[in-house]
Amino acid sequence: MEYVSPEGLRLDGRRPMEMRQIRAEIGAVSKADGSAVFEMGNTKVIAAVYGPREVQNRSQQLSDQALVRCEYSMANFSTGDRMRKPKGDRRSIEISLVIRQTMEECILTHLMPRSQIDIYVQVLQADGGTRSACINAATLALADAGIPMRDLVTSCSAGYLNSTPLLDLNYVEDSAGGPDITVGILPKLDKVTLLQMDSKLPIDILENVMQLATEGCKAIANYIREILLENTKELEYRRGS
Amino acid sequence: MRGIQLQLSQTQKLRLQKALEQLESLSSKVNSDASVTIADSISVNHEDGVLKGHGTADLDGEVVATLCGVVERVNKLVYVRALRSRYKPEVGDIVIGRVIEVAQKRWRLDINYSQNAYLMLSAMNMPDGVQRRRTALDELNMRCIFEEADVICAEVRGFQHDGLHLQARSKKYGKLTTGQLITVHTVFSEETKTTFPSSSTVWAANAVRVLSTLGFVITLEIIQGVIDLSLSVNLDIHDMLGSEFCVLVAENEAERRSSTKKRR
Repeated sequence: MEYVSPEGLRLDGRRPMEMRQIRAEIGAVSKADGSAVFEMGNTKVIAAVYGPREVQNRSQQLSDQALVRCEYSMANFSTGDRMRKPKGDRRSIEISLVIRQTMEECILTHLMPRSQIDIYVQVLQADGGTRSACINAATLALADAGIPMRDLVTSCSAGYLNSTPLLDLNYVEDSAGGPDITVGILPKLDKVTLLQMDSKLPIDILENVMQLATEGCKAIANYIREILLENTKELEYRRGS
Repeated sequence: MRGIQLQLSQTQKLRLQKALEQLESLSSKVNSDASVTIADSISVNHEDGVLKGHGTADLDGEVVATLCGVVERVNKLVYVRALRSRYKPEVGDIVIGRVIEVAQKRWRLDINYSQNAYLMLSAMNMPDGVQRRRTALDELNMRCIFEEADVICAEVRGFQHDGLHLQARSKKYGKLTTGQLITVHTVFSEETKTTFPSSSTVWAANAVRVLSTLGFVITLEIIQGVIDLSLSVNLDIHDMLGSEFCVLVAENEAERRSSTKKRR
């Protein structure tokens, strides 16, 4: 199948190095300590953070740092064919683990000993790149909850189809079975915290594709930064002195 | 932008927007670029020496924020005041907590902090007011004083090795029997020392709810102002949570802040 037309356009009309439109909103869940909705094109994810709070299971309590937990789920209506998925299938356990490890890396857990931070992410609409969208939403929600972090984490995916590196794959491109990588970076520290790849790529092309994904992450980071600053200013003036 | 989750008509939306814009213009003159987000670098003068406070970290000799909030500077100390976070107790704070467990010689309380707080049996005045050693019998009768789900007012005593400890060594502390407990984001509130007469708790409670949906600062004076406003427009209590009153409060607050500003 042709994923990039001779004119250099992808199936949804984007250029190979173009990202989908992103949109973020802070404060979607009123009872949570922090929450956010993040959209990348048709992919839409909601994240809620509770904590730091008392550890529910005493045996898991850590005396020198906070316990971070994450739960990823996909709404039944998020995909085209409505399927009843059992909770805790292998895919969502894996993604929960990935998100937890990525977020745990950037949270300053040693500042909140003997407490627990719960991150809940749910996919409302799935159109490829849910993993990245979940990480971006979780970052926003954690920042909203006032949890100290080393840096923001942002994530973006990229792939390689029809001998072209493509940024931010959608569902059709994702399910083509070609190589695709998901990268998560700490933009300020300029470090990679997450790197996952399906299928194989020659090493010189991998570098190109990863470079592309990193650029995508940085663009998302700039946007998230803007949203957070706007939100901070708004909270400040509403509160008054 | 944090949306206000209310059903507003077109005119109400415009009025609210106008009031919020007025509030924005009032505050923007005070501090223009003190707001930071995570990993923003904070400009400091290294020659004078810097004390890094809460919400800051060191990155290659540069001071960076680890929270979203406002940069505050006190002499050499630089810290970031978060605008939304959990309550962080300080020694001497008066807190309200809910009993979740009656344990050995102590009650475990939920005070909306990242850990539960402990109130020792020995750290409170007995109901009979007599100063004496707490016996094993007192320990058995702990449920007669406070039991699970009671709401208690106490003072923060400090951190011990096993967690946060409270004390209630005065008549003004103890079980709260009437009224309702409302949880708001701590950053909205400021220190207050008075309680409302129980006859007006419902008004006060609703006033607090309205102010916290709008994200305004909650002080005793402002709560009183909102109650007076609701009485002056002759509103039913349940209408206080409606969108019309919410807009009215926003307009009133904008007016109040601009008038206090002129007076300075």
